Amino acid sequence: MIIKTTKAIPSHEITDEHVFKARRTLIKSLFAATLVGNSQSLLAQTNSARWQRLTQSDLSAKTLTPTPAQLVKEYTNYYEFSYNKEDSTKLAQALTVDPWSIEISGEVEQPGKFYLEDILSKQTLEERIYRFRCVEAWSMVVPWVGFPLVNLLNMAKPLSSANFVKFTTTQQPDAMPNLRSEAILQWPYIEGLRIDEATHPLTILAVGMYGDTLPKQNGAPLRLIVPWKYGFKSAKAIVKIELLKKAPLTSWNRSAPDEYGFYANVNPRIPHPRWSQNSERLLGSGFFTSRRQTELFNGYGDQVAGLYNDMDLRHFF
Amino acid sequence: MMEKITTLLTVMQSKNHRWSLVFGLCLLPLLGLVLDILFNQLGSNPIQALHIRLGDWSLRFLGITLAITPIQTITHWRGMADYRKLFGLYSFFYATLHLLAYIAVDNNFMWGLIGTDIIESPYIWFGIITYIIVFLLGITTSNWSKKQLGRNWKKLHRFIYLAGIAGVVHYFWQLKGNLAEPLLYALILFLLLGFRALVEFTRRRLSKMMIPRRFE
Repeated sequence: MIIKTTKAIPSHEITDEHVFKARRTLIKSLFAATLVGNSQSLLAQTNSARWQRLTQSDLSAKTLTPTPAQLVKEYTNYYEFSYNKEDSTKLAQALTVDPWSIEISGEVEQPGKFYLEDILSKQTLEERIYRFRCVEAWSMVVPWVGFPLVNLLNMAKPLSSANFVKFTTTQQPDAMPNLRSEAILQWPYIEGLRIDEATHPLTILAVGMYGDTLPKQNGAPLRLIVPWKYGFKSAKAIVKIELLKKAPLTSWNRSAPDEYGFYANVNPRIPHPRWSQNSERLLGSGFFTSRRQTELFNGYGDQVAGLYNDMDLRHFF
Repeated sequence: MMEKITTLLTVMQSKNHRWSLVFGLCLLPLLGLVLDILFNQLGSNPIQALHIRLGDWSLRFLGITLAITPIQTITHWRGMADYRKLFGLYSFFYATLHLLAYIAVDNNFMWGLIGTDIIESPYIWFGIITYIIVFLLGITTSNWSKKQLGRNWKKLHRFIYLAGIAGVVHYFWQLKGNLAEPLLYALILFLLLGFRALVEFTRRRLSKMMIPRRFE
């Protein structure tokens, strides 16, 4: 099945945006006083954006309407902090993200510690508008700011024996309540990709979104984005990257192997054992608008289906 | 001020007024929800928040309904049957809104999407079981139905226990990680059902003790 990514906006999504804006305007005019703070902060964001003019990558879905930034900032899973998305947003502000370095080791010619400033000084940042599909059956459209992961991997010169990439995220128990109580998962959070997935041009490391620095709850200072996989694959606040011969045991796969596979490619035909993955709620779409039909590989089939040609997707879910 | 309190107390004492007051209080969760929708207070995924809010209140009223009999047994209060009926109907009311929100607000009557979603989501099956039971109990509330159904009425209305269990499964089976809240509901349900089992057990033992020796 081949599905194009860069296509016209479905008409119901356009309507949603209007309905959404009209509702806000209506409420604002009625209750201006109570909402002044809210609207001002939204304006402030756009004015103080860190990156004003970024190159749009050809891989960016330019025709998609980004989800309002505020929704993306207040709706994010970060289980190190809390089960609750709103609480995670508040608690994540205690993270220390500066200075930051990433250790690269394993099957590489030049292992070492790379400081974020040094990495960024060698990269041209670009904007990538991607659809982000969570395994919980909701999605959003986010303009990320970042660079291809392969660029960073090349700085350490991977060996031909590197078949997989393991990502380890930061552990800050003082800031992360669920690390102290050892709740939910084994910490730190581990994710992994096959080397061809990791070096795919769509796979990026994001340092920003909406033209601005990445908020802490959204994965600051640096996170993985793999747009054709469920969101939990896109690990946040990465501190270590290891190139390995064998596949790493990833966090959710370890915790519930029947529910979360290593590949976790978005696939409407393969339901989660407890819920359907056939449709998704697009954040920002209003009441009485239908959920959207989930696309195979989240709509990135043209670019990535080839990676899985000889694989039974039902088995390697 | 004193006058107001006295009036309120008089109102509370009058049986009909008390019932009306409770009836009105049960609508407050709906009012709160409407206000939160109007003031855009349901967060980034308001439709999911709507589902959780309505489902929660349906389950809460189901729990309250189940709690009436144990409370009556322990406190020997009389005349709570009217309230049990009221709370049961409110559970039906919020469950119906929960279902309508799923069909209309979330899926905009796209029956294809709804069908696939139901077939592929075991947690929804438990929601459907719960709703069918609550629906049947809701429509057979009246004294007329009670008369028509005779002995079967009580048998039918015993299915409320199953509704409670299926409702809690429906809730916790869709979560990823956090089980604190559904576990609380499960615990309350366990206590309520456990109390009934205990009463039943004691009653049987007592009736056994009443049997004359020679029949043993």
